[in-house]
Amino acid sequence: MATPENKLAFEGGWSYDPAPESTDHIRVKKRYGLFIGGDFVAPEKGRYFDTINPASEEKLARVAAADAADVDKAVKAARKAYSGAWGRMKAKERGKYIYRIARIMQERAREFAAIESLDGGKPIRESRDVDVPLAAAHFFYYAGWADKLEYAFPGRRARPLGVAGQVIPWNFPLLMAAWKLAPALACGNTAVLKPAETTPLTAMKLAEVIADADLPPGVVNIVTGAGETGAAVVTHPGVDKVAFTGSTNVGRIIQKALAGTNKKYTLELGGKAANIIFADAAIDQAVEGIVNGIFFNQGHVCCAGSRLFVQESVADQVIQKLKDRMETLIVGDPMDKNTDIGAINSSMQLEKIQSYLEIGQQEGGTMYQSSCPVPEQGYWCRPTIFTGVSQSNRVVQEEIFGPVLAIQTFRTFSEAVSKANNTPYGLSGGVWTDKGAKIFKITQSMRAGVVWANTFNKFDPTSPFGGYKESGVGREGGLHGLGAYVRLGT
Amino acid sequence: MAARKLKKQRLAVAKTYKIYIDGKFPRTESGRYFTLEDGKGAILANVCRGSRKDFRNAVVAARKAQPGWAKASAYLRGQILYRIAEMLEGRSAQFVDELVSQGNTRRQAKREVEASIDRLIYFAGWADKYQQVFSAVNPVASSHFNFSVLEPMGVISIIAPEDSGLIGLISNIAPAIVGGNTCVVLASERQPLCAVSFAEVLHASDVPPGVINILTGLREELTEHFASHMDVNAVAYCDGGRKVAATVQDLAADNIKRVISRRRKDWLSDKTADPYLIRDTQEVKTTWHPIGT
Repeated sequence: MATPENKLAFEGGWSYDPAPESTDHIRVKKRYGLFIGGDFVAPEKGRYFDTINPASEEKLARVAAADAADVDKAVKAARKAYSGAWGRMKAKERGKYIYRIARIMQERAREFAAIESLDGGKPIRESRDVDVPLAAAHFFYYAGWADKLEYAFPGRRARPLGVAGQVIPWNFPLLMAAWKLAPALACGNTAVLKPAETTPLTAMKLAEVIADADLPPGVVNIVTGAGETGAAVVTHPGVDKVAFTGSTNVGRIIQKALAGTNKKYTLELGGKAANIIFADAAIDQAVEGIVNGIFFNQGHVCCAGSRLFVQESVADQVIQKLKDRMETLIVGDPMDKNTDIGAINSSMQLEKIQSYLEIGQQEGGTMYQSSCPVPEQGYWCRPTIFTGVSQSNRVVQEEIFGPVLAIQTFRTFSEAVSKANNTPYGLSGGVWTDKGAKIFKITQSMRAGVVWANTFNKFDPTSPFGGYKESGVGREGGLHGLGAYVRLGT
Repeated sequence: MAARKLKKQRLAVAKTYKIYIDGKFPRTESGRYFTLEDGKGAILANVCRGSRKDFRNAVVAARKAQPGWAKASAYLRGQILYRIAEMLEGRSAQFVDELVSQGNTRRQAKREVEASIDRLIYFAGWADKYQQVFSAVNPVASSHFNFSVLEPMGVISIIAPEDSGLIGLISNIAPAIVGGNTCVVLASERQPLCAVSFAEVLHASDVPPGVINILTGLREELTEHFASHMDVNAVAYCDGGRKVAATVQDLAADNIKRVISRRRKDWLSDKTADPYLIRDTQEVKTTWHPIGT
């Protein structure tokens, strides 16, 4: 239970002065065309859409809406580069181009971070410390694989697939672009990338970097637009491989759309990760892990620890500490370096989250939100927890993709495991305990592709990521991420 | 005259070919059969025409058996695969005869049975090695110990090759189970006899009930169930044109099943067998743990 001694002493006279990241150093054009064949070109039909700042609802830029004809052009440019300069290039030279992308991205990291936060709403602290450095690191990591592929697949010869069609989500816009492009290029493929419609700007900045790095025209093509653009990329007959990150529903549609074609595919889909706290865990660290697990990036994380399981004997204590910690979280301006929880990415997503808050209460759950003020303008959701929920509740079963945590308790080890695995998803999981043997036992029992023990939401280019069951097919990152972009022969 | 012949000659006892579910040999619950004839039109057997219900029962058995089988040590799984090979070796004459009765020459049949035994030995040997080949310790930049290992996908449905009744069957079953998966297999429709006899070999080889379940029946009828069942983690198929591929992949998407296409493989060739067949039915799990500072 909370006592005056263990309560966080953040109250009483503490206030934070604003610490805004400046935007005078960034360059955002009023309008962006499509990046096809090494040039920025106008869309065939001349249609554009606005991309807005979700924290202020102000327009940032206009971005081209690519239709099937534009996608066709992009795929042809990619094919030309594949059968031309890129396909013929020595692997080590290919690698050097990818290194260049990493280096330029590092040089322009501050600009990328600011634009990422403006366009997507995530706290600048996260885009600065996580998204952008990790994106650059991905290019740096995979660059080195380009001329070493024969060591990745013992007994087999790896050959590129051709043109990769890649569709990415809005939660980690630049990082997902890096996850997709870096291994594709390292393995010798060319690519057509479709960023999410609410977060296209860092992809367009990446296009500038790729142009500055002097990659041969058409090796990377970036087509902006909404779902129809993505569908045109995925179903284009000139695409040899599809990589998608997004919801399980769309992933299922894509898997069905590809049935009967010879396209290879990888799918990184939804999740509903269990975060399990045993009574013997270091409780304060576990509470930090819970906060990081569900409130990182506003909970817009497919691997978010959105289901918390606390061992009954410490449940009251953990929940009280969590509530205390939630009170210290600052919701607000993503560009402020003190901000913990930024803006919800879009009005659509905010509506979806709010509908789940309703559902959770209607189903009998007890909702608790922190009391922090939120700005008038923009899309916001306070950190939220539900207690008194059960396995069949929708807030326990369905992916909310927001800062909403469903808390349940358990008594025994096997109860924790069976509850944790009682979901069609299997992307990630977390466990907190000081007992080593217990860690190994439970990490082996969890049906999930990534398991964090005494930590959560950690990512690295060398570390494979991807789901079991309905959370997707294939892995991205690490040596295992190469497999998605090669054909193995003898 | 027949009676007089009987006095001299012993009447052969024909085998009833049944399906294999959960370590038992039931008839199909549907009570249906199809007749298998040899090249001259003589009846070889009334083979069980397995149903959707049989398949679902088999999946239940496979799911139940899977965690225990995955927990068995790699050494033990290797020895059990080796044991299957030993049993098959001892009964090879029967398998040669069955292959011959189903249209193979004696030479072909002998070659297929020998290759099948050797294939089992090959995968038995991989049991405690593939993990070392495909795992990784990942040098992450932060202060964490991070490693990736293979884990079985779970329950695999396998539509075995139509044109090789034994070696094709074994080449698909062995890599799935050596990695801790359990499976439900649809035998070749034209050459189903060896599959049922192979189930008898399995039964005598310490393979726990439910780890391998074998059905006979019509592909036309059962393929969709093998692809669509919501408690199957991956489906492997070996024949058919674009239409079959499209059906399997479309239905598999209902639960984001992994689809393993093994068409146009020369199952008799040793080159077809490699650890990537095991890798096909494995997931990669990555675990992070902080390193103290």
